[in-house]
Amino acid sequence: MWDIFAIEKNGYYGRYGGAYIPEILHTTIEELKSAFDQARRDPEFWHAYETLMGSYSCRPTPITHLENISRDLGGAQIYLKREDLNQTGAHKANNVFGQGLLMQRMGKNRVIAETGAGQHGVASATMAARMGFKCTIYMGADDVRRQRPNVFWMQQLGAEVITVEDGTRTLKDAINAAMRDWVGSMDHSHYVLGTACGPHPYPQMVSYFQSIIGKEARKQWETMFPGEQPTAVIACVGGGSNAMGLFQGFLDCDACKIIGAEAGGRGLEGHAHAARLAQHRGTEGIAHGYRTYFLQDEDGQMRDTHSVAAGLDYVGVSPILSYLSDIGRLQSEAPTDVEVIAALKKTIQREGIIPALESSHALAAAYRLAPTLPTSARLLVSLSGRGDKDIFTIADALHDPAWEDFITETAERYKKKR
Amino acid sequence: MNLEQHIRERLKKKPVLVMSHLICGYPSLDDNRQMLQIMHDAGVDLVEFQFPFSEPSADGPVFTRANQKALDAGTRVADCFELMAWASSKFSFMPVMMGYTNTVIQYGEDAFCQKIAACGGRALIIPDHPPEEDTQLLAAAKAHGLCVIMLMTPTNTDERLHTLGTKASGFVYGVARRGVTGAKTAFDTGVATCIDRYRHATSLPLAIGFGISSSDDVAFLKGRAEIAVVGTAFLTAWETSGPDAAKQLLAALT
Repeated sequence: MWDIFAIEKNGYYGRYGGAYIPEILHTTIEELKSAFDQARRDPEFWHAYETLMGSYSCRPTPITHLENISRDLGGAQIYLKREDLNQTGAHKANNVFGQGLLMQRMGKNRVIAETGAGQHGVASATMAARMGFKCTIYMGADDVRRQRPNVFWMQQLGAEVITVEDGTRTLKDAINAAMRDWVGSMDHSHYVLGTACGPHPYPQMVSYFQSIIGKEARKQWETMFPGEQPTAVIACVGGGSNAMGLFQGFLDCDACKIIGAEAGGRGLEGHAHAARLAQHRGTEGIAHGYRTYFLQDEDGQMRDTHSVAAGLDYVGVSPILSYLSDIGRLQSEAPTDVEVIAALKKTIQREGIIPALESSHALAAAYRLAPTLPTSARLLVSLSGRGDKDIFTIADALHDPAWEDFITETAERYKKKR
Repeated sequence: MNLEQHIRERLKKKPVLVMSHLICGYPSLDDNRQMLQIMHDAGVDLVEFQFPFSEPSADGPVFTRANQKALDAGTRVADCFELMAWASSKFSFMPVMMGYTNTVIQYGEDAFCQKIAACGGRALIIPDHPPEEDTQLLAAAKAHGLCVIMLMTPTNTDERLHTLGTKASGFVYGVARRGVTGAKTAFDTGVATCIDRYRHATSLPLAIGFGISSSDDVAFLKGRAEIAVVGTAFLTAWETSGPDAAKQLLAALT
């Protein structure tokens, strides 16, 4: 398999990565690097991880053939790697439980996590509940407002949810707030970063845990289609953790294209999108502890982004994906909100699968590509999360009047009760 | 005279120098000019000019908010340079640039350092730039006669402190406690032990910051460190009680 440890040099992937951290975290990051290196060299560790994910999170997740949609489109056959079937409904669980096992080895007992859409927050709170850790989740005030159901579940799971009022009140501000907590609490607390970004070793460590997706998928693919490579593997790219997870299983397949789907938002002409790699919209910068492509202005201030999918509107992107993009291995697409909602509807109606809005970006890219290919071609798409948990967001995106009536009536009932 | 010599010269007249701080563009550039006049009148020795950044992850809540407000008001990097140049032409304190790595690399390490030197700046404090990361910052600063200030922190091992000591020039910024800027620090034996450890790692003048807010705090540093850093306390006084209160605070500390 393609080796993420072989391409890294001093925490860099080509020009990208590094550890741009305040000096106060130097020792903590050194300890984390060494704990992670020891763990990954211990075969028992990966075995314990697989066993845990097998008994608690439905792994290995299956591969599903989208027979109806493939037939409708009349081109390539489309297959989904079903990360939506994980505990908590998304690939986020893989990373979080891996880091939880690492915390046990390091003897830490408090989880700090940032969350944007809330999926990583829910996964972290779930892990903390299961493993008996204390848990503090930082979430931008705008995200708290948009993702109330996830806040509800985090709190039910025993986590303290801290609303971040700084900056643009979204994911990037939650990351900064989590870092601030960590510089004061590192003795007992571990920062469970949710994606393959941030200072070294996070991009590598998160990718390592997520590689369970690609490892499984490669094995399943070889059983299903002996000796044949997928024509392309496709995943949505926010920070890039589910993409890194799936891609690692196929980066050594020379004939297989590697395609990332970023948030095209309202189109790439203005700034209402989160395409950093597609059409080279991002520029090189350093923030949140690492060097990568960011959406920023000439002074290096991060821009506001937009996506219908709250989990894809991050200003940076995994340094490993920036490297893969630079060397021409990764191709990036940016389907718009409109295309994504159409893909979501199609998947629900024709296949009975409710994808997350984030994952629907990968589906939109696949539905664009499939008709251009022969029926003998095969695409493997990461269905990173399920959508039914995002009912408020998806209902908003679909503008369903009956749903809006229901919410209004429920609100009125609550008002009366008060 | 290099920065260290300047500091040593000033230390002949008083036991502890004061380094104050402002965030360019907050509350406004006009306010900044008034702040600088007050700092000058109070006899402040060094002033940190913080260039606002949208991701100020090493700053506490007061400065984080101020960074954002400065940017919301439209503060550009060019405004920060201008303010520093204005202050250098008018006052005798030593200006120091403080900010984040991205601000420097977007401008270009060499061009940025050249500009800071031209504006009368003497040093750079970049809290998210560890000395081993491979930007051209250290080389560019050296080429333009600027010092890159190393931060020493309570969590560093003695070995790490030694490494930082060998890379330092001008002065060393010793962090008095864990956490971000702006919270209260109890200046006690714990801090004294920290300062001793930093002292062992460097022969340069030692600035101590994070949580200095009273004349007792400055008095505590006498005989232990050379520079007291007053950051959040000044801004909080300005915000809550106005320029006169900020003036009184500095007068009590210098």
